[in-house]
Amino acid sequence: MAYSDKVIDHYNNPRNVGSLDKKDANVGTGLVGAPECGDVMKLQMKINPSTRVIEEAKFKTFGCGSAIASSSLATEWVRGKTVEEALAIKNTDIVRELSLPPVKIHCSVLAEDAIKAAISDWKHKAGEDAKTADASASHS
Amino acid sequence: MAIKLPIYFDNHATTPVDPRVVDAMLPYFNDKFGNAASRNHAFGWAAEEAVENARAQVAQLIGATPKEIVFTSGATESDNLAIKGVAEMYREKGNHIITQVTEHKAILDTCKRLEKEGFEVTYLPVEKDGRINLDDLRRAITPKTILITIMYANNEIGVVQPVAEIGKIAKEKGVFFHSDGVQAVGKIPVDVQKDGIDLLSISAHKLYGPKGVGALYVRRKNPRVQLTAIIDGGGHERGMRSGTLNVAGIVGFGKACELCREEMTEETAKLRALRDRLKESIMSKLDETFINGSMEHRLPHNINISFAYVEGESLLMGINDIAVSSGSACTSATLEPSYVLKALGVGEDLAHTSIRFGLGRFNTAEEVDYVASRVVETVSRLRELSPLYEMAKEGMDLSKMNWKTA
Repeated sequence: MAYSDKVIDHYNNPRNVGSLDKKDANVGTGLVGAPECGDVMKLQMKINPSTRVIEEAKFKTFGCGSAIASSSLATEWVRGKTVEEALAIKNTDIVRELSLPPVKIHCSVLAEDAIKAAISDWKHKAGEDAKTADASASHS
Repeated sequence: MAIKLPIYFDNHATTPVDPRVVDAMLPYFNDKFGNAASRNHAFGWAAEEAVENARAQVAQLIGATPKEIVFTSGATESDNLAIKGVAEMYREKGNHIITQVTEHKAILDTCKRLEKEGFEVTYLPVEKDGRINLDDLRRAITPKTILITIMYANNEIGVVQPVAEIGKIAKEKGVFFHSDGVQAVGKIPVDVQKDGIDLLSISAHKLYGPKGVGALYVRRKNPRVQLTAIIDGGGHERGMRSGTLNVAGIVGFGKACELCREEMTEETAKLRALRDRLKESIMSKLDETFINGSMEHRLPHNINISFAYVEGESLLMGINDIAVSSGSACTSATLEPSYVLKALGVGEDLAHTSIRFGLGRFNTAEEVDYVASRVVETVSRLRELSPLYEMAKEGMDLSKMNWKTA
């Protein structure tokens, strides 16, 4: 399988690998995927409660090169964005940026889900509307 | 000694053609290029002689006589011919075939096709070590069983089946025994007499010969096996396989078999030592690594290891100057994880983390050391990236988690 240069770059130099304190009230943690599927992404964001800006983002992924690249890219993109701007990130944007082939599109979907799951967790902790908690489960 | 990159450790997929085999083949392309079936001139006679010579070389490797060797385009065709050929020929006698779940697709898909045509197929399970249970086999045989087909050694996990015992049972019950010998022939001693095999599939490109040629051993005595051909035409190969013979390929195949027979003992010892060195170097430096399949009944040059918490394709990407393969879904055309590992009871999560290493004639100790260190380095790096490793280290039981799938 030929990987795009960007996927290879993210794989060799992943951005923002690591963990944030999940007990911190301002940290949202999204854990999506399953080991049996071969893809698990953990994406965390530290969000400023007054500005709603994502100040820090970290990820860890169990998955193929495209999955690692998708989640690494996701942490790059959400940094500095507001929660609402981050929710607007679509998996198709990731596919285009990384030139993912059709067989790897599901990796980008998982990354979009991870973003949404992390935000949803933060909102839940902040006592906001939990309506968006189901967004991550609705993708097929 | 400088290592040449990329390194090839995927000898179960195919092998490089031995230079001595290439030399043997060359005259048959544009010097002695005749059709072996041309009976009336020297071009044909030279080709025929070369083919018969090669036939004897193949036969000698497996303890058969030359008349029992049918040349084909490869083991997939040989598997098809053996199973369909016996099924068609003996369908008045019975319609039941016994095989097992970790067979190559060439066997499984052929059996599936026969099921559509009214045959009954039993797929025996395997134990955790990858071998069938002989009692299961005995119990599965019925008066309508006409064929048992069980591979000699598995291509993914290198596990060797109890072939001689299977041969004995088959003989007792009067059922033909076919074995897909692709991974075993030329690597470990295979003897159709000692092992009680009636039909055996062989592939040239798995034993340092060219692609596009193989053979089916078809027993002529005690008992005599007859086949209905699956390819009709000029009646070549005693009517069992029509089509002009791939003379150059066959010559190469014969030479490759001869080299294997002459060099097997030494080569096996060398490869076993290299394989054990690879295994030791990797497993002594990493925790949570698991061998898939029996170590005791295994090809000497194979090892299949699961690296928990690290997905196979990402591992292959990290060692992209080394050719190996993985049981991960991401690396398969169908996005299904390895059905062989699944049959062993290896959980899907671990199946995604498996890597198959297949050593060969041209691999060296330097290459083994390089591969081991790159694997250890890459697994360690990917574990830093792995949320599963982090969770496991925190003491979480991943099997009890409720995963939110996309």
